[in-house]
Amino acid sequence: MSYDKAITVFSPNGQLLQVEYAMEAVNKGYCCVAVRGKDCIALGIEKATVSKLQDSRTLQKVLLIDENTCIAFAGLNADARILANMARVEAQSYRLSYEDAPTVDYIARYISSCQQKFTQKGGARPFGLSNFICGFDQLSRPRLFQTEPSGFCTEWKANAIGRNSKQVREFLEKNFAPDLNREDTLRLVTRALLESVEANTKNVDIAIISTEDRRVQFLGESDLQKAIDYVISLKK
Amino acid sequence: LMEEMIFFFFQAEDGIRDFCLSRGLGDVYKRQVVSTQSTWGFEFRFNKREVKRATMDYVEELNKIMRKTKGEEEENLDLLLKETPLIKFEWAPMRDPSMLIPQLKSAKGPEKRIADFLRGTTTLGFRFQGGIIIAVDSRASMGSFISDESVRKILEINSELLGTMAGGAADCQYWERYLGMLCRLYHLRNGHKVSVAAASKILANILYQYRGYGLSVGTMIAGWDRNGPSLYLLDGEGLRIKGDVFSVGSGSTFAYGVLDSHYRKDLTVEEAVDLGVRAIYHATHRDAGSGGVCRVYHIHERGWTKIHEGLDVNALHWKYAEEKGATSSVSR
Repeated sequence: MSYDKAITVFSPNGQLLQVEYAMEAVNKGYCCVAVRGKDCIALGIEKATVSKLQDSRTLQKVLLIDENTCIAFAGLNADARILANMARVEAQSYRLSYEDAPTVDYIARYISSCQQKFTQKGGARPFGLSNFICGFDQLSRPRLFQTEPSGFCTEWKANAIGRNSKQVREFLEKNFAPDLNREDTLRLVTRALLESVEANTKNVDIAIISTEDRRVQFLGESDLQKAIDYVISLKK
Repeated sequence: LMEEMIFFFFQAEDGIRDFCLSRGLGDVYKRQVVSTQSTWGFEFRFNKREVKRATMDYVEELNKIMRKTKGEEEENLDLLLKETPLIKFEWAPMRDPSMLIPQLKSAKGPEKRIADFLRGTTTLGFRFQGGIIIAVDSRASMGSFISDESVRKILEINSELLGTMAGGAADCQYWERYLGMLCRLYHLRNGHKVSVAAASKILANILYQYRGYGLSVGTMIAGWDRNGPSLYLLDGEGLRIKGDVFSVGSGSTFAYGVLDSHYRKDLTVEEAVDLGVRAIYHATHRDAGSGGVCRVYHIHERGWTKIHEGLDVNALHWKYAEEKGATSSVSR
């Protein structure tokens, strides 16, 4: 196989098959939901089943890019690590050149252009990832971006990627309301995620970043249980 | 003959050179050259005899500076004389022309100071409650010869950013225009205007890249962005410092004296403009390298405004003299 031969080439009916197959890989990945509130973004992540001997801390699904921005993904775990690293280097390079933290839309555009490059590269395949890029912009408003294996980048108020994402998205479309406060955003995310995943603290992780505290905060065991119980109670 | 050649090419040993396409490396490039090596830019035709003479003079002078061996000298001369009468701007005739300045600077004799330009100018800028005032003089000097009294030393990078010029006019003008282009690209790519910190950082990084190549730049970058008014001092060595009061040039010491004595954060805009004008006037009065007219710009929340297009410093002299009551012993 020569390294200058492109893998991603057009099919006769105008599709990039490798990109489509990458989307398949994404759709087999664990589910991830994101909702943008008034001054926060909540992420709901389906946890992979961890074998007893594994240290679950090393299975990171929310990766920090810079103080302002983090990504959550669906798809190939290893690809996510590489892509996040490229974004981190770019963020620091931006800080060095412009003396300011890069905004979330800058990072989103960078990540999506990385993903696009690999659809036009010889000897390489596209990243098997869809990402949620969550962060804050120039005016400290929370913004949620999604990128796909094709390099397409779009902004969302709420969305889901990975397994059963269609179902979850439909649920969000019915139940989303803009400018929710922190509490309501967390509830909506939990409800949406539990449309796809079994209601069990072992299967689910909820994280939130807000304007005041830009660090990614995962809900602790008890808060998580409370959120799940609330959703179960709603269903009854 | 000789005059025509110099006409195209302003050179100034010190201070500002006006509208110069090359970096103006002093006496080395005083005369045009017929060259073997092709270069960029200009070509014009002269008659053969003039060209030959110019060539030989040039080569002679250059050889003295470069201390070439006898054999090489003759070789160069032969090549140069064979050339058709086309004049081009050329690189220094050495293997690595970019090393001309560093080599000159490490020389032992008087040629060491050929590329040392005194910055015959006064530019100043200070930050106060109403924004930033930038004030400059307008003199360009070549040693003791005043070549231009109406230079524009404030460069409008874009509608929010101003840069001042001290040192090499060509260097300042070119790189500040280049910065303007990068700022515009940033705005187009990112959807919001570049901050003053970022813009000054971009320019400082460029200047740092060319460190040791003899760029002569002493500039202040000023603007008003999301974080309020900011003023940065940059130089050709890659320096970049943020501050409230700066002055650059041969007259800067005089300007600092006046500025530092009367500067207050809570000046009104009129008082601040007046302070800038006074500081420039005093610098032009005492420093021979500064003069001409005083130009003043004010940077505020909506960008910059030109306050004074050009105040004649001679007129200012008599105005202030009257205020000081110091006209009695002098006749107009």
